[in-house]
Amino acid sequence: MNPTLLLAATNPGEQIVFWVCATLAVLGALGMLLSKKPVHSALFVAFTMINLAILYVSLQAPFLGMIQIIVYTGAVMMLFVFVMMIVGVDASDSLVETIKGQRLAAIILVVSFAALLIGAIINGLQGAAAPSLDVANTVDGGNVQGIARLIFTDYIIAFEVVSAVLIVAAMGAMMLTHRERYRPKPTQEQMSRARFQRFAATGQLPGNLPPAGTFARHNAIDTPALLPDGSVAVESVPDPLQERGDTRAPSVEDITEVAEISEGESVVIEDGVVEDLGDEK
Amino acid sequence: MTTDHYVILSAILFSIGVTGVLIRRNAIVVFMSVELMLNAANLAFVAFARQQGNLTGQTIAFFVMVVAAAEVVVGLAILVTIHRTRRSASVDEPNLLKY
Amino acid sequence: MNLTNTLTSLVGSATIESAEPSVNLPVAATGIFSFMWLLLALPLLGAALLLLLGKRADKWGPIFAVLMIVGAFVVGCFLYFAMLAESANDRPVNLHIWDWVIVGNFEAPLGMQLDQLSMVFVLLITGVGALIHIYSLGYMKDDPDKRKFFGYLNFFIAAMLLLVTADSYLLLYVGWEGVGLASYLLIGFWQYKPAAAVAAKKAFVMNRIGDVGLSIAIMLMFITFGSVTFPGVLEAAPGASDATLTWIGLALLLAACGKSAQLPLQAWLLDAMEGPTPVSALIHAATMVTAGVYLIVRSAPIFDNAPIARDAVIIVGASTLIFGAIIGAAKDGIKDVLAGSTMSQVGYMILAAGLGPIGYVFAIFHLVTHGMFKANMFLGAGSIMHGMHEQLDMRRYGALRKVMFVTFLTFSSGWLAIMGVPPFAGFYSKDKIIEAAFSVSFLAGFAALLGAGITAFYMTRLWTMTFTGKPRWTEDNQHPHESPKVMLFPMAVLGVLSLVAGFLLAGAIETWLAPVTGFAEGDLGVSTLVMESASLAFVIIGGAIAYLQYRRGVPITPPQHVSALTVAARDELYGDAFNEAVFMRPGQWLTRSLVFVDNRAIDGVVNGTAAAVGGLSGRMRRIQTGFARSYALSMLAGAVLLIVAMILVRM
Repeated sequence: MNPTLLLAATNPGEQIVFWVCATLAVLGALGMLLSKKPVHSALFVAFTMINLAILYVSLQAPFLGMIQIIVYTGAVMMLFVFVMMIVGVDASDSLVETIKGQRLAAIILVVSFAALLIGAIINGLQGAAAPSLDVANTVDGGNVQGIARLIFTDYIIAFEVVSAVLIVAAMGAMMLTHRERYRPKPTQEQMSRARFQRFAATGQLPGNLPPAGTFARHNAIDTPALLPDGSVAVESVPDPLQERGDTRAPSVEDITEVAEISEGESVVIEDGVVEDLGDEK
Repeated sequence: MTTDHYVILSAILFSIGVTGVLIRRNAIVVFMSVELMLNAANLAFVAFARQQGNLTGQTIAFFVMVVAAAEVVVGLAILVTIHRTRRSASVDEPNLLKY
Repeated sequence: MNLTNTLTSLVGSATIESAEPSVNLPVAATGIFSFMWLLLALPLLGAALLLLLGKRADKWGPIFAVLMIVGAFVVGCFLYFAMLAESANDRPVNLHIWDWVIVGNFEAPLGMQLDQLSMVFVLLITGVGALIHIYSLGYMKDDPDKRKFFGYLNFFIAAMLLLVTADSYLLLYVGWEGVGLASYLLIGFWQYKPAAAVAAKKAFVMNRIGDVGLSIAIMLMFITFGSVTFPGVLEAAPGASDATLTWIGLALLLAACGKSAQLPLQAWLLDAMEGPTPVSALIHAATMVTAGVYLIVRSAPIFDNAPIARDAVIIVGASTLIFGAIIGAAKDGIKDVLAGSTMSQVGYMILAAGLGPIGYVFAIFHLVTHGMFKANMFLGAGSIMHGMHEQLDMRRYGALRKVMFVTFLTFSSGWLAIMGVPPFAGFYSKDKIIEAAFSVSFLAGFAALLGAGITAFYMTRLWTMTFTGKPRWTEDNQHPHESPKVMLFPMAVLGVLSLVAGFLLAGAIETWLAPVTGFAEGDLGVSTLVMESASLAFVIIGGAIAYLQYRRGVPITPPQHVSALTVAARDELYGDAFNEAVFMRPGQWLTRSLVFVDNRAIDGVVNGTAAAVGGLSGRMRRIQTGFARSYALSMLAGAVLLIVAMILVRM
């Protein structure tokens, strides 16, 4: 047996990497399983995937490790997060199980499943040494080249098919999320008319709202802006926050300051000192 | 580490993924569990690639990743469509095909 | 000096001491014998025309039927005289009519065999049959269905002639079944009477049980001898094993019991009296019930070589003759007494047939004389019923000799004949049987003797209650009258025959029949004179008891304080009760339990399977919960099983 191979098998660096990353990966997976909020689950999964990427690198598959991070974690998990935004970021599961016996049966079966697999693996891989991929990685001039050669020679058909799958998937996504228009798009004149009718009916102003932050007194988006007469502009807080009731109450100093400014007083704040600039009407 | 260790880790991650599919009701979390299962499979492929001494396993893992990406795209599109009409993302909601 | 010998020497034929059966095999029929088939054709033609033409034959049907039978009798007479001209050993002839069954080596032709034995029967059947047909012209004059009646009667004669002239057991079976069918049709002739319909069915079913015996016998013959013709079986009989012959004999005995109403298949005969009286006279007195005797006598070689079967025959005959006599002694209906008497007398014939060569001839002799005097008495009973508005109860008769003198005379002739008073017919035949029985077994002989005494008792009882004493007629019956001449003529003929047939036939019939059946003298131990005196003594005592008891007066209602034996005899010695308890109820229980098994077990299995499948599927469909996660769970379960299987395979 080549001593370098043996060394590779028991390389202490690899051991440390393995144990650390393996533990973290399992913890991340468990975190995904047990989190209440789906966003947390997504983050845990991303964490697990990065650990797996590190393991790929330690398994002498650097290309795959990079692809894991770029494609999987970077693209796929972000896709998950986008959809969570659409669906509602705090749609959380209640932890009560609705199907009778599902949890118990699931745990029993999964544990037995894992036990059987592990038993089978240990049985099957007995005494198998772990040779290294040094030769394979260098024979074509690197790992990427090696994989490239395999993809474009031995697995060319699989490659073509997978390309077709990707195209179909993209088209499928577009088709599925396409919303068909049932009525003709309203013209500008129609929209304008509708806006003024709305103003007549409800008093809602037909014009554009000022850009976000025009009347803002603070950077936080949950602090409402104050109108010139000192009243709170409810529309300045984004709708989701409004619905959740996460609006902060404006402070009293802000209200008095706005009231003074609107009466023509100019107020300049320097170093925390309010200077009266006099009337500038 | 010997191949055993990696493959056992893969088995554990796979099992956790299976549990997630069975236990969680939110469709997105179920999808993520499926992704976890695919990742576990990938890990096994790569570990065996090193054991065999050639890059076939890595190539296959590469293809798996591509297919997983495509699958996620379509699956999430479906989820979005369902959410538009039914305003719910629970896998327990569509249960009319029953006795 | 032997009384018999004295009287027979008046006729001029010699008695014989003993003879083995010595006929040659039947020769093919020539000359007049080739017209033997007329015996069957004439009655069949009558039956066919009368039954198939329907109402168109109503007017001339009955006369035509009578002419057919008279014609058959004439043919029979011609055949008899032709046969007389032959020498004794050459008398059997065989007329081959048609190749009926030819299968491989097995042949059962359709043919007629006429030998001395069948000749006797042919003459008896056509003669008595013709007389009864004539009688029926008067008796059934007012019946709207009389054309059908005569059609059935002709059919019966045809079937009975087929039975006695068949040349194989298989053809005999055809005739056997035919007479059974005719009996059913005729007993239930007035089928609108529920009692008649039930009686007909009962007769047929019990006959059928006997028929099973005949079928088994024929099958055994086929297996053992490869043939069912008379020459084929009877010539080869001595060569077969004892066991086989015993079984064949017992099966034939069963058949004879069914047809001749012997124990244990005797219960139908008294119910058969529901039929019109001519039917009772012809079928259930003279001819059909004697078919069993014919069968046994014809199968003599089989019984000669099967001592166990022969003993069974003797037992059956002896017990039935006592049985029937006891029943006859307690019944109040005139036809019931005569039916019990028939059962008893046929028992005598069977007993004689079971005695072997010493008895065959006398069985046939008694059969002939009984046919005459019993038919005579039945016709007389019919005449009495005709004059008494169908009144059957003898307790309502009395002093009829004053109003029905001819009937009284003919009936008395039959009465004396059956009692065995010399010189009437029964004396000759019955005494010979008693002698032969004593020479075989004391018990059988004593039973026969005792039976003679009881016979005398009940016949005298009947005669006394009916013809003597004071009138006990019912209100609506105050003017009984004599029957018309067309009915009196046959009664007169039979009455004369009841007187003379005995001594005319006494020695001749032994000579005539011996070549066919064999004949042997029995060893009595005492002289014949002692025997005859003893039997006469029994007869006189029995008759005297009855006359003295019933002369004084007959109560109109049957007395209730009677012995247990009388109560039992009134109920036919519990024959029906026995059949019901032993056969009917277990049979019904068996069928009901089979129905139960069919409904519960078999249908239960079928329906239960369906229900189980339905129930199982009803439960199993709950697996389809509609939740994707539970489906995923079952997929995981399947995967686990797969892994387990793979591990086990690899181990």
